[in-house]
Amino acid sequence: MEKLMSDLKTQIIAQLNLQDTKPEDIGDDQPLFIEGLGLDSIDALELIVLLQQQYKIKLSNAEDGPKVFKTVRTMAEYITAHQAQNA
Amino acid sequence: MLNHNEPVFVAGTGIISAIGNNVAECLDALENGRAGMGPMHYLDSAHRHRLPVAEVKLTNEELAQLTGLPKIKSRSALLSLVAAKEALHQAGIENIKDLRTGFISATSVGGMDKTENFFTEFLPDNSKGKLRDVVNHECGSVTELVADALGIKHYITTISTACSSSANAIFLGARLIRNNIVDVVVAGGTDSMTRFTLNGFNTLMIVDEQFCQPFDENRRGLNLGEGAGYVVLVSDKLAATLKNKPEIILSGYCNANDAYHQTASSPDGVGSYLAMSGALKKAGLQASDIDYINLHGTGTQNNDIAEGTAIKRLFDPHYPKMSSTKTFTGHTLGASGGIEAVFSVLALQHGMIFPNLRLQTPMADLPFVPEREVIKNATLKHVLSNSFGFGGNCSSLIFSKI
Amino acid sequence: MYIRATGNISPQKTFGHQPLVDAVEYSGNRLACIEPDYKDFIDSKQIRRMSRIIRMGVAAAMECLQEAGVKVPDAIVTGTAYGCLEDTNSFLSKMVEFNEELLTPTAFIQSTHNTIGAQIGLMLQCNNYNNAFVHRGVSFESALLDGMMLLQENDATNVLVGAIDEITNTSHTILSRMGLYKQGSVSNLDMYKTKTKGTIAGEGAAFFLLANERSTTDYAKLDGLYTFYKPEGVSEIEKQVSSFLERHSVSMGDIDLIITGKNGDASSDEVYEQLGKTVFSNKDSVEYKHLCGEYPTAAAFAMWLAATTIKAGKVPAVLNYKGPADKKINKVLIYNHYQGIHHSLSLLSAC
Repeated sequence: MEKLMSDLKTQIIAQLNLQDTKPEDIGDDQPLFIEGLGLDSIDALELIVLLQQQYKIKLSNAEDGPKVFKTVRTMAEYITAHQAQNA
Repeated sequence: MLNHNEPVFVAGTGIISAIGNNVAECLDALENGRAGMGPMHYLDSAHRHRLPVAEVKLTNEELAQLTGLPKIKSRSALLSLVAAKEALHQAGIENIKDLRTGFISATSVGGMDKTENFFTEFLPDNSKGKLRDVVNHECGSVTELVADALGIKHYITTISTACSSSANAIFLGARLIRNNIVDVVVAGGTDSMTRFTLNGFNTLMIVDEQFCQPFDENRRGLNLGEGAGYVVLVSDKLAATLKNKPEIILSGYCNANDAYHQTASSPDGVGSYLAMSGALKKAGLQASDIDYINLHGTGTQNNDIAEGTAIKRLFDPHYPKMSSTKTFTGHTLGASGGIEAVFSVLALQHGMIFPNLRLQTPMADLPFVPEREVIKNATLKHVLSNSFGFGGNCSSLIFSKI
Repeated sequence: MYIRATGNISPQKTFGHQPLVDAVEYSGNRLACIEPDYKDFIDSKQIRRMSRIIRMGVAAAMECLQEAGVKVPDAIVTGTAYGCLEDTNSFLSKMVEFNEELLTPTAFIQSTHNTIGAQIGLMLQCNNYNNAFVHRGVSFESALLDGMMLLQENDATNVLVGAIDEITNTSHTILSRMGLYKQGSVSNLDMYKTKTKGTIAGEGAAFFLLANERSTTDYAKLDGLYTFYKPEGVSEIEKQVSSFLERHSVSMGDIDLIITGKNGDASSDEVYEQLGKTVFSNKDSVEYKHLCGEYPTAAAFAMWLAATTIKAGKVPAVLNYKGPADKKINKVLIYNHYQGIHHSLSLLSAC
């Protein structure tokens, strides 16, 4: 889980072009949207593509976005759960 | 002394869309509830079997035959010429060669339909790809192909403000007349179906895999469409000399900006509210004077509630009849303002209110319901047409019968 | 109508209201903008999504508004012929490469032609009129005319008008294949002497704040603008020049300086040579495209040059001006054509 969260932080920074942010700046449980990192709806769409590209997981319902992408931890948990299902 | 309030008349209309290749065919489809969306037929895309679209039912070869332009030219140019030619023909201005004539077109796609084919060869090897496929890539280039074919040269320009493009083109045309720069202007817009835009909208997850349902509580998104729509606008002085005296004027217009987000509208529809109220102010009208609103009504969750909320704020408690004709034509992007301007003029000319198709469950948050059936023999004097786009670009036009 | 403020990012050191002292020399056929540190103008949260051309446009616009002391203009009107090429290229390339799968929205959203003007409006929270023109060699002039009409209609007291175009590796490759540019090593400072085919590619972002009312710090008056399309020949161009001046009650004798759009391409420059023998004969004239390169909205650089020259009262030494050094420049005529298709005339004068 730790490695996954660490990888995710690097990937999020790359995907969203957060040039001034380092992985260690993103807390595991820090809110990603509105407050915290302050991401918006376009970033949410970018993260949906990231899930698919890196983890082969398709988020078919965009409305699940806010729950899944709440924090790095919730993202990691979602990925772990779905990878277990696909295995 | 310039009269910035002099009436600007609509002398002609021209259109091509998924529901018809000219004004008469489109009117017939609107009257009889025949929508134009269906499985993708003309565009070649990986999403072919998943996304319904509203294509013009002609190949480029057939469009070329109609227009006399070579078939290798951009579909945007071909569609534009068909509609612009019809509008000019309808206007029947005999001495047009002696007049200061303008062509104001709008597009979001331009020649991208050709460019995206060029890129498949160019990308792996940049010495490959046919240059003739990109020579008319620019939006302005597409406009010039059409202006040259129409023989118009006094003033030509192109606007691109996403989905409000051709509404902006139309009222720019009116202002050019009022500022005594042109006597007559052909104004409107065109957009053809491309993989670029189809995929672009798909990444935003606002495309419906079924036929769209604007202003329905359970709407899922938009269907992309293509087409072109133009009006011929003339000065007061010129209108008086025409055989068929025009009866419809562009009485109001406004361009406002939502300034909320790059693609989403503010929940309260600030930009929409400002555009509609600004248009009313320009026309010297009250909200209660409007008889029919041709809604922007794309069918996305976001647009319909934003537009609906703005309408509630502006019109409550006297709601005019309204409908989204995108339920027929799909969302024609840069052409939508022009196509829907033509529909607004037709509504006034024929006393008809077109239905908002496939509306099953009205939106719970709105105190009004768009018309579900066509209404004939309506007494219409003022029609409002909305066009709201990416970048917060919101424009509204008002057409009035004098 | 007054030009109250400017902002200009170009291949010369023009940003930051620096006077044009030394010309930056380039060899080869591609000039590149000298760009500021955008973090001074744009928040990092927003900057991350902006490609180069959007940053250029936003920064030039912000510099202009800062100079004018205007927080929110009454209207924002932009002109761009090519739009946001980098974003267009990025989305198109991925679309082809991944066969329409796994595409992301940012490049698509930013590729639309109105993005620069919309981004400015968004940053300023400006709910006012916002328009974008995309018509080749008159994109700038179309935006300018729209702005001028808004002021005349009293629908605005000030208007932010600007033009932006960029070169990317892809666009340069394609335009080179079309034969637009000079081949081999050529200095931009020598390009008019070469008498060979082709010009040099340029880019830039130039913004102006136009106002109805005079202020103490205006650059110049914008007296007139006229564009015409595909003239029949040089004699028609001569007629257009004469009637333009007549309409503005100005004689050629009143003009202190002509700025021409010579671009180093021998056949394209023929027109300017001809006019130099007729309507422009015995007039002091200078060129500008050796400084900014050739691109569809280069006339915006010319307007900046005219405005700054009038404000300073004299011609910058860096231009090949042959008139008396102390001659006061009160009236400037700009004549430019783009590929012989789009022609524009502008008249500026001292306040």
